[in-house]
Amino acid sequence: MKRPLRLTVNGQVHEVMVDTRQTLLDVLRDVLYLTGTKEGCGNGNCGACTVLMNGRNVLSCLVLGCEAEQQDITTVEGLARDGTLHPLQEAFIEHGALQCGICTPGFLMSAKALLDRHPHPTEYEIRLNIAGNLCRCTGYDKIVRAIQAAAESS
Amino acid sequence: MPEYNVIGTRLKKVDGLERVTGQARYGADIHLPGMLIAKVLRGPHPHARIIRIDTSAAEQLPGVRAVVTARDFPPLGELEPANLGEMTIDMGAMAKLIMAHDKALFQGHAIAAVAAVDPFVADDALSLIQVEYDVLAPVEHVLDAMQPDAPLLHEDLRTRLPDGKLSERASNVAAHFVLGYGDVERGFAEAEAIAESSYTTRMVHQGYIEPQSCTAHFDANGRLTVWTTTQGSFTVKGQLASLLRLPHSRVRVVPMEIGGGFGGKIYILTEGIAALLAKKSGQPVKLTLTREEVLKATGPGAPCAIWVKAGARKDGTLTAIQARMSYDAGCFPGSPVGNAGLTAVAPYKQPHLRIDGFDVVTNKPRVQAYRAPGATQAAFAVETVMDMLAEKLGMDPLSFRIQNTPQEGDPMANGRPFNRIGLQAVYDRVKHHPAWTTPLSGKNRGRGIATGYWRGGTFTSSCHVAVNADGTLEAVVGSVDLTGTRTSLTQVVAEEFGLAPEDVQVTVGDTDSVGYTDVTGGSRITYTMSAALHHACQDALHQLKQRAAEHLEANIDDIEYAQQRFFVRGSPDKSASLQQLAKASVMGSGPILGKGTATRMGLAHEFAVHIADVEIDPDTGKVKILRYTTFQDVGCAVNPTQVEGQMQGGTVQGIGWALTEEYAYENGLLRNPTLLDYRMPTALDLPMIATEIIEVPAPDGPYGIRGVGEVPIVPPPAAIANSIYRAIGIRMRELPMSPERVRLAIEQHGNSDAR
Repeated sequence: MKRPLRLTVNGQVHEVMVDTRQTLLDVLRDVLYLTGTKEGCGNGNCGACTVLMNGRNVLSCLVLGCEAEQQDITTVEGLARDGTLHPLQEAFIEHGALQCGICTPGFLMSAKALLDRHPHPTEYEIRLNIAGNLCRCTGYDKIVRAIQAAAESS
Repeated sequence: MPEYNVIGTRLKKVDGLERVTGQARYGADIHLPGMLIAKVLRGPHPHARIIRIDTSAAEQLPGVRAVVTARDFPPLGELEPANLGEMTIDMGAMAKLIMAHDKALFQGHAIAAVAAVDPFVADDALSLIQVEYDVLAPVEHVLDAMQPDAPLLHEDLRTRLPDGKLSERASNVAAHFVLGYGDVERGFAEAEAIAESSYTTRMVHQGYIEPQSCTAHFDANGRLTVWTTTQGSFTVKGQLASLLRLPHSRVRVVPMEIGGGFGGKIYILTEGIAALLAKKSGQPVKLTLTREEVLKATGPGAPCAIWVKAGARKDGTLTAIQARMSYDAGCFPGSPVGNAGLTAVAPYKQPHLRIDGFDVVTNKPRVQAYRAPGATQAAFAVETVMDMLAEKLGMDPLSFRIQNTPQEGDPMANGRPFNRIGLQAVYDRVKHHPAWTTPLSGKNRGRGIATGYWRGGTFTSSCHVAVNADGTLEAVVGSVDLTGTRTSLTQVVAEEFGLAPEDVQVTVGDTDSVGYTDVTGGSRITYTMSAALHHACQDALHQLKQRAAEHLEANIDDIEYAQQRFFVRGSPDKSASLQQLAKASVMGSGPILGKGTATRMGLAHEFAVHIADVEIDPDTGKVKILRYTTFQDVGCAVNPTQVEGQMQGGTVQGIGWALTEEYAYENGLLRNPTLLDYRMPTALDLPMIATEIIEVPAPDGPYGIRGVGEVPIVPPPAAIANSIYRAIGIRMRELPMSPERVRLAIEQHGNSDAR
C-alpha cells in the first residue's frame, strides 16, 4: 500500500509516495535515489546503512520509511558543506581508512555521531562506538586512526 | 631499492572522494527505466530430487513479467572449464550451480526466479511457485562423505586417482592426487624427533559487506549488457556467453565499483539468472542478494580435515614432511586442495615430501576462492606441527624455521625450483624486532609465531595509454579495482612519464573498451598490470620519440626523454615538449596510443610471518589479542599505505577465521545465516595491527613488485593457536578456536596447565 511521506534529507524537504513496507533505507536509495547509504545485511548487523535521524545515528534498514515522517535525516551525501569535506571525510582519505569503500558511508555517520557527542574520544571509546560497523577490508586500524586524527583536528 | 619519484609514496587514494561522499556506484546503485526486480526461490532441502515445478500461478500474478527455471537454460551440451583465475569449475556444473536442474544439492540452491515490478510482488510470486521434492539423505561432513556407504551427490562422479585413471565406482571423492618427491619412509627413519597431529576447520565466508548485485538488459539487437559487482568483467563475459550460447561479441559487461570480493565474486551466480529473466521479460532486470542468500548460496571458503607429520634431526634440520588433506568442495568438485598442497610446506626445505590431497563433494554450497584459497587451513595444520616439533627439539620456533628456510633454487612442492624469494630477509627483520624480543609476562598470556606463503597467480592483464591533446595521460586497464589499484597504477604511469599523479587518469574499462584481462585476484593486479602499463607507456613514448625525431630532424635513436621534454642527445636545446607533440597529435600527426599486455609472468612469491600475543580468560575461553605484528616481503611497496591496508585487512579476516567464524550446520541446515551469528571481527575485538614491510624485489617485472593481498590471511589461525599453547599449554586442533571450544579444551585438559 502506498502513502505520502514528507521528510527532510540533507536539508532538503521531500514529498514522496512510499510503500508502507519500505524501510527508510529503501526510501533513500530507491525513491530518492540517494544511493550513498548501503544495504549490507538488511537486519541491523553490519552498520552499512547508518544515517543520522535528528542527529542520532540509526540503522536505516530497521527504520520504516513512514517512521521518518517530518524527521530530519542526514546521509553521507550531506556531510560535505558547499564543496568542503567534513574533517572525517578528509581524515579517511588522508589515513587510507578505506579500500573498497562500501562500509565507509556507515562509518562516517557513526563517527560523526560520536564526535558530535564526544569531541575527544579515547581509542577504546572510538572502537566501542564503531563496533556496530563491520569492515572486511581494513582490519579497522586505519579507520580508528582516521577518527582520532579528525577528532584532533577539530 | 631504486629511487623513484612517485612509486613508493603514500599517494592519497585517487578514487577516495567519490567513496567518502557516497557518489561511487556499486552493483546495486543503478536504476534503469523499466527495470524489474528479481527474486530467487531457494530450496529448503540440503539434498533432494526435483520432481516437479509449477510456476503457473506465479506467472499470472499481476506485476510479474517473467519466471525462469532450469528449463529456460540452453541445453548444457559440451562441458568446458570456465576461466576463473585461481580456481576452476566446468560450465555444465556452473549451470547446475546457478539453478538446480534435476537435483537440489544444498539448502538454498536456486530452484526458480521471478522478475516483477517491485520486490514485494516478486516475493509474493515466489510463494506461489509449487515444488515437489523427493527428499534424500544429505551428507555434510567431509570425512563422512568419503565413506563408501555415504549418500552420493552425483551418480556419474568417479574419483580421478593419482595415476590419472578413474575409479570403478561412483564416489563423493572427485580426486585423489599426490604431490611430493623423495621417500618419506626413509626421511622419517632418519628423524630423531617426530611430531604429528590431525586438524579440522569449518566452512567460512569471505564476508564482503556488499551482497552480489547485477542488472542485465538485452537491447533491441539482442545484445546483452550486464552491470555487475564482479572481480572479473571478462570472466563474466566468457561465462555468460558460454551459458547462454551467445557469441562473445553479443555480451558486454560493465563492472560497477565492488564492495569487497576476496575471491567470492567471480562466478556468474546472479548474472546468469538476471540475464535469463531479462531475455524472457524484455526489460532490464536487477538481482540483488540478501545477506541470508549470500551466506547460504554463494561460494564460501572450504572446510577440511588435515593430518600432518614432520620429522627432523637433533640439530633441527627437517628430514621429511607428510600430509593428508581432505577438502570439502561443497556440491560440485573443485576445492582448493591442490593449492593447499602446493603452499602448505613452502616455508620449509625438506628432502622428502608426500602430500595426499582429496577433493570431496558434500551437500553444501560450492566453495569459491577465499583469499589464498586453501592455504590458511593448511598453514594452521603445518605451522602448529612445526611448533610441536621445535618444542620437542628444544628449539625456539623462530630458530627452527630459520634453520629450514628454503633459498632460491630449492624445490617447491611440485618439484620446480623457487626463483628469488625473501623469506630469509623477513626472518631477519623478525629476529631483531621488539614484537619478538620484548618479553611477554602475565598469567594466561602467550606469544605465537607462524609463517605463511602464497604463490599468487599471474594470468593476463591488458591496458592502453592515450596521450591527450594537452599532454595529460589516460590509461584504461582491464582489471577491476578491488581495493586501490587505480591509485598504485596511477603512480606507475606517472613514474613512467615523469608526470605528477594529477596529470594521469586511470580508468577501469568495460569489456568493450580494453583488451582481455583475467580476474582481479591472485594478488596479481599491481604486479602484472604495472608491467602491462610499462609496455604501454614505453610504446607511447616510442611513438612520441618518432614524432620528436621528425620534428627535430634527428635520428630516433638519438632522442631522449626527461622531465617532459624530448631532446637530441648531446644537444639539450634541440627539444620538443610532451605538450607540443601532444597538441600536434590532434592536429594531423595522429593520436598517440600505447598498448600493453602482461601474460605468463614469472611467479612473485609472497611470504609473511605473524606474531600474536594473546591472553586467555580461563573462565570464558575468550582469547584476547594483546598485540599483533605482521612482517611481509612485498618486493616493492608501490604505495605503503595501501600495502599496510592489505596486510591489516587480510590479517583480520584470518583472525576471524581463527577465533569466531564458522558455518554452524545441523543435518545440512545452516543455523547462522546472519551477520549476528556468523561472527566476524568488529573494531572492539582487535588492537592496532602493526606492519613491517620488507622489500626483496621479485625477479620478473619492471619494478620488482610482488603480490601482497593474499598471504596476510594465511598465518593468523596458526599464530594464534601457537600463542594459545604458550598461554595455557593446550594445542587447539579445530577452527574456529571459539570461547566455547577453548573453555571445553581447558576443562578436558585440566586447569593445572594454565599458568
